[in-house]
Amino acid sequence: MGKELINALKRLLSWLLGISIFLVVFMVGLLIINQNPAMMISEEKEDKPEPLIHSDLVKDGIHVATGLVAKEGYETVIANCTNCHAADLVIQNRGDRAHWESLIKWMQATQGLWDLGKNEEIIVSYLSENYSAEQKGRRANLSGIEWYELKK
Amino acid sequence: MPNSKSKSKNNSGRRRFIRNTSLAAFSAALGAEIVFGKNMPKDYVPVAFKADDPYQLFNKNKELIVLNNKPWNLESRPHLLDDKITPEEKMFIRNNGLIPKEINVRNWELVVDGEAVKAKKIFSLADLKSKFNHYTYQLTLECGGNGRSEFYPPASGNQWKTGAVSCANWTGVRLKDVLEDVGVTDAAVYIGYHSADTHLSGDPNKEPISRGVPIFKALQEETLLAFAMNGKDIPLAHGYPLRLVAGGFPASASGKWLKRISVRDIVHDGAKMAAPSYSVPCKPVAPGEKVANEDMCIIESMPVKSLITYPKTGAMIGSGDSLEVRGHAWAGELEVSEMEVSIDFGETWQKCQLEKPVNRLAWQHFNVQLKFPKDGYYEVWAKATDSNGVGQPMVVPGWNPKGYLNNACHRIAVKVGGNG
Repeated sequence: MGKELINALKRLLSWLLGISIFLVVFMVGLLIINQNPAMMISEEKEDKPEPLIHSDLVKDGIHVATGLVAKEGYETVIANCTNCHAADLVIQNRGDRAHWESLIKWMQATQGLWDLGKNEEIIVSYLSENYSAEQKGRRANLSGIEWYELKK
Repeated sequence: MPNSKSKSKNNSGRRRFIRNTSLAAFSAALGAEIVFGKNMPKDYVPVAFKADDPYQLFNKNKELIVLNNKPWNLESRPHLLDDKITPEEKMFIRNNGLIPKEINVRNWELVVDGEAVKAKKIFSLADLKSKFNHYTYQLTLECGGNGRSEFYPPASGNQWKTGAVSCANWTGVRLKDVLEDVGVTDAAVYIGYHSADTHLSGDPNKEPISRGVPIFKALQEETLLAFAMNGKDIPLAHGYPLRLVAGGFPASASGKWLKRISVRDIVHDGAKMAAPSYSVPCKPVAPGEKVANEDMCIIESMPVKSLITYPKTGAMIGSGDSLEVRGHAWAGELEVSEMEVSIDFGETWQKCQLEKPVNRLAWQHFNVQLKFPKDGYYEVWAKATDSNGVGQPMVVPGWNPKGYLNNACHRIAVKVGGNG
């Protein structure tokens, strides 16, 4: 009886020891990964560029990744304009040819934009056609209202 | 420094991916050649491919609108600004340059120099906090270009709608106490700030923005060198660990990541101090008129304005129901003395209950119970009037080349009965 009890206790102790060693190793591992998550990314994976999913997807006439109108010339705009700023900055602005040309000149003079060569015409046409200024009167109507039931 | 360590670690995998990816691969993904791509700096990622989530990065409510990601510009929305004290999650971000990457609070110093100080003096952050009394004020900060999107002809730049305004609690030491300690001469006319953010070009010799305020504003009791916002360290995107806060002036005067204050014997001549930046024509001009820089005047006090923060636009209520409307009103250096709303496009106006500001330069809260005469579509228009008797225009105010200071009445849409 006494021997069996001692054996049972020994088994229990070795179990406990095993579990605590496992826990310590596990927690140290977690700590290291937490400090340096890059460890979890295998070098092999990094050598291959991640696929840019849906980067050319167009939905309802809009290029999904940037939000630009997917009309003739939009790839040229992405390639030349989004190197330095978000497409959002294009999308929210409006203007005629002169306005967009003067912005390009300003970016070339002060912001390090390169000579656009033959692409300048493509870009200016695209912008002035798809992002032209509309006269809204002294106050536009409210638009894009999402109606909802107001709970009391 | 909040979160920056873990963020940079998490990004390292992505950065390595970028380094290993050739321009050709970018071009293939874009379906267009990156023309003159050889001019791009090494390791440069076209912004279209940046995966940073600003909401997570800056602890922001998902309903904020991202206007730009380089530099970061996010605006809030009227119904998000219903809190009496704006919390971090709902506060707009307007940056001119890149947020500083390395911030070491232990070594952080504020230099006070310039032509109009008796001698240059340097304070550590601990010096500032221990040497001077602390004050907390609730201060309205509004971007000078808030409402720009409504001007015609359009001004270029971020097309802010109504959400580039906040009113948080700022805690710090008074700039006037610090200037007194340094010793300012009679020659002082302006102060200019210098900050740790970096120019978009990466050129360390260029400052993205270095503005300031006239000396009268610098010496006001509410002008703070702030180290806390809403009782905690200032969030990184809002100027951690130290920023100038000058409520009532365009928020661009409240420099973030503050490193140096120069007491000048001239109007400060830092980046974005000169016209046309943060300037409007000295005399009224016709829409689209060219204005010479010398005919532009620097914006000081912001104009009177208000915002309906409850309910959110688009509310449908039952026939005969009354509607509670509430919001905030502010008036730059002045106080708002009257607040009215109209449900008939300005034919008649109803007075709102208007609270006093908790301190000078804090926004004021208003509320009103509305009844509608019959079912149908309504707009609730809100109009504040300042202590000089100047009210908000219902139309877009006088045009200016850069689209500043649009303080036209805010309005929301409401449908009564029938659910449209």
